[in-house]
Amino acid sequence: MTYTFNETQMAELNRLVAHYPEGKQKSALLPALHLAQESFDGWLPTELMDYVASLLHIEPIEVYEVASFYSMFNLKPVGKFIFEVCQTGPCMISGSDDIIAYIQQQLTIKPGETTKDGVFTLKLVECLGACGYAPMMQVGKVFREHLTKEKVDSIIAEYRATVTK
Amino acid sequence: MGVKLLIDKANVPGIRTYEVYRREGGYRSVEKALKEMNPESIVEEVKKSGLRGRGGAGFPTGMKWSFIAKPEGVPRHLVCNADESEPGTFKDRYLMEFLPHLLLEGLIVSSFALGANDTYIYIRGEYAWITDILEEAINEAKANGWLGKNILGTGFECNIYVHRGAGAYICGEETALIESLEGKRGNPRIKPPFPAIKGVWQRPTVVNNVETLAAIVPIINMGGEEYAKIGIGRSTGTKLISACGNINKPGVYEIDMTISVEEFIYSDEYCGGIKGGKQLKACIPGGSSVPILPANLLLKTATGETRYMNYESLSDGGFATGSMLGSGGFIVLDEDQCIVKNTLTLARFYRHESCGQCSPCREGTGWMEKILHKIEHGHGTLADIDLLWDIQRKIEGNTICPLGDAAAWPVAAAIRHFRDEFEWHINNPDLSQTSNFGLQHYADPIHVPA
Ligand SMILES: Cc1cc2nc3c(=O)[nH]c(=O)nc-3n(C[C@H](O)[C@H](O)[C@H](O)COP(=O)(O)O)c2cc1C
Ligand code: SF4
Ligand code: FES
Repeated sequence: MTYTFNETQMAELNRLVAHYPEGKQKSALLPALHLAQESFDGWLPTELMDYVASLLHIEPIEVYEVASFYSMFNLKPVGKFIFEVCQTGPCMISGSDDIIAYIQQQLTIKPGETTKDGVFTLKLVECLGACGYAPMMQVGKVFREHLTKEKVDSIIAEYRATVTK
Repeated sequence: MGVKLLIDKANVPGIRTYEVYRREGGYRSVEKALKEMNPESIVEEVKKSGLRGRGGAGFPTGMKWSFIAKPEGVPRHLVCNADESEPGTFKDRYLMEFLPHLLLEGLIVSSFALGANDTYIYIRGEYAWITDILEEAINEAKANGWLGKNILGTGFECNIYVHRGAGAYICGEETALIESLEGKRGNPRIKPPFPAIKGVWQRPTVVNNVETLAAIVPIINMGGEEYAKIGIGRSTGTKLISACGNINKPGVYEIDMTISVEEFIYSDEYCGGIKGGKQLKACIPGGSSVPILPANLLLKTATGETRYMNYESLSDGGFATGSMLGSGGFIVLDEDQCIVKNTLTLARFYRHESCGQCSPCREGTGWMEKILHKIEHGHGTLADIDLLWDIQRKIEGNTICPLGDAAAWPVAAAIRHFRDEFEWHINNPDLSQTSNFGLQHYADPIHVPA
């Protein structure tokens, strides 16, 4: 598959590249990879990384080594919604274990897996800066905080509804 | 009520917008700095204020600024460290989310003081919605003449850009942050050269924490000397504390650094006491990297003095009996929490976040997690405790960046103060899977406030 940004995406890329001095367009790599990942299927296939490399005039290997370093870049296909549940100390002492177990049970998947219908991926992550509002998870651009079992139920229902419509 | 200089207006409706922020007195410090002061006099005021970096290390900001190299014809940069990934820390998020213009105001004044025209906010990738809030605020500030060319007709140009990280705690370390800003893996650089000489794109660079840069605003408005009158000793001004764990009121609080730890935990103005009327077991007072303290050493120093929420008092006793103010991430553990398990989650965190460049850190964090995992799940031996101690000692001080130390300290402190709980886990492999050591550490009854 080949990838091409549409006009809006290209304009956004150019806006990002303009943040850095002449000749330092490689600095836009992280923002550009976010844009690429968000613009297509939520992950970074090799062809998409190659496309980003060509846009920034850098070698593909420079993109691969960066993409593999940062935890937000997905190098494998993921579900439409990723539940990234925090499991670090402050969340753990506030009950994240129970929430993680409950999500696994409700979605019948283990951490790292995607539901058969391709809607949900469960990922365990480290502190997201919401320790005072624990337990919590990130879904896309937003944080869902103060999680309880009831809240997890309604969040799952909420995202399911957006795909069945 | 203590003095509030940063977040006192956070609850004013609409304060996130330029219009309300300005009406509430915002951007006055830019007018004062650009029109009545010069870069040197601003640095002087910051020195007088006694402000110390709020990112964790507490280095005096004015002094740091005076180190920046000024080679002819080479641009300089200010980079705001908004990577905020130290477990327990969520204060910068609060500041940026509710008072984005306060940060911009601080950045403009600081950029002027450093002679930097292009300034970057390096924000952790997960704070995606805050990136949007900041960009909106930047657009408003630009539209109102506070950013761009020739600000207030003074000829000073300042542009602020938001750069999103992508999930890596190590990018909070300033040289890793610089690498990341250049579009590379977040591998810390060997120092020297220091960023003040060769930073981003080999240009002189100052990296400061969000809260540090926001504090520049009250310092300019009230003057460094007045600012220094707040607080005590070398802990001047106010500090944001993000409090979490087993307390009634988790959240972000601004304190002047004269209040006691006991007041901070039990007063309704702050944490509101331990949740569910339980007892305090332990606390990590300055973000996950700093030593954990048992309740008795937290509230009082080893010599029986009251412990206060400031740099000096929290570190009283060194690592033997004290801790650190660090980033202000205040994590409270009640009587039901297991120290072994808590330490395991932190060891896992550091193993996950090690960039892998130095073998003591890469291998040591892996081993510590493995051994703690064994102990936690009832398969440990008493020799494992000594092995853990040995590994953490071999990491500390033997690495390129301080992440190695940050990984070693929590393990060392847990063993130092809670060795009997580790032993209990090992000697009771079955019981420890279903019950908890609780408060058996304390020979003396724990202090319970009236
Ligand atoms: C592993 C590691 C992570 C760090 N994370 C942060 C961070 O998230 N935010 C921050 O401001 N400083 C962080 N620091 C400290 C920075 O290296 C640097 O000292 C700080 O940004 C300087 O700003 P200040 O003087 O205003 O505190 C970290 C340091 C280390 C070693
Ligand atoms: S101490 Fe750890 S994180 Fe820091 S440079 Fe070495 S391996 Fe990387
Ligand atoms: S520990 Fe979970 S958000 Fe910080």
